[in-house]
Amino acid sequence: MRIDVNGESRELAAATVAEALDELGWTGARVATALNGDFLPASARAVQTLREGDRLEVLAPMQGG
Amino acid sequence: MREFYGVTLANALMLGTAQYPSPAVMQAAFRDSGASVATVSLRREAGQGQAFWDIIRDLGVRVLPNTAGCHSAREAVTTARMAREMFETNWIKLEVIGHADTLQPDPFGLLEAAEILTREGFEVFPYTTEDQVLAQRLLDAGCRVLMPWGAPIGSGLGLNNRYGLRMLRAAFPEVPMVIDAGLGLPSHAAEAMEMGFDAVLLNTAVAQAGDPAAMARAFALAVQAGQLAHAADPMGPRDMAAPSTPVIGKAWL
Repeated sequence: MRIDVNGESRELAAATVAEALDELGWTGARVATALNGDFLPASARAVQTLREGDRLEVLAPMQGG
Repeated sequence: MREFYGVTLANALMLGTAQYPSPAVMQAAFRDSGASVATVSLRREAGQGQAFWDIIRDLGVRVLPNTAGCHSAREAVTTARMAREMFETNWIKLEVIGHADTLQPDPFGLLEAAEILTREGFEVFPYTTEDQVLAQRLLDAGCRVLMPWGAPIGSGLGLNNRYGLRMLRAAFPEVPMVIDAGLGLPSHAAEAMEMGFDAVLLNTAVAQAGDPAAMARAFALAVQAGQLAHAADPMGPRDMAAPSTPVIGKAWL
């Protein structure tokens, strides 16, 4: 199904957010996630299923002022 | 030194981590200044996030995540929740930007987000203006620290509204306050500390200097000087001259 990942449309086989992160190559990465604009805790990724057109944000630590 | 949510900082200088020529220069700036807090952000993972996190951890300072670039309370709240998980701290520098040119805080969105986040146990450092009414509302919402701006972010103008900042300081003498944004020179930081503010937070003035590590050290010394001066109870200014050398005993010549 097509999922919007960090603003890019991606075709994913994953059924859950955790599987999507694996499929995208972020296994074990230190990232924080939001699904459709809401924070998705790491503990919920394995049970959070994905639907066509979902917007997934995968954020990492970055420089800031 | 006042406490920031129960934390006493050894050094009243807080430094941003953006815009340095290299990670090594950023590390030198922290080392040479002894800055006690590093601000960080969250951005879309593009491959550099993991290495950056290792560098930040090695600095050995407290981390203050920001919600930079958020233009609504909803965005800021979501970003704060993500930052808490990522950086494992309840501290959040809450920015809700209201205007693209001035990067001025949106007072309404700021208050709305602060109310939500303090209820969720966040320790909010609200990036605000010198507005006293807004300050009171933020305190009522549960903020126990305020971060009034010196001048617009990245402008280097210093303390743009000294009167307003002085009134804010006087109105809430017990509230820890950090002057955040707009400082361009160490003298600006010294002035903020002389006025009784408790810390300063800056980024561009150090990161974009020709020698960031030296500038960071200069800011640290200025902060220390200003802090000492405030504690020493400075004299008030006056319009007329007052001779410092005794008049009595002067010879008739």
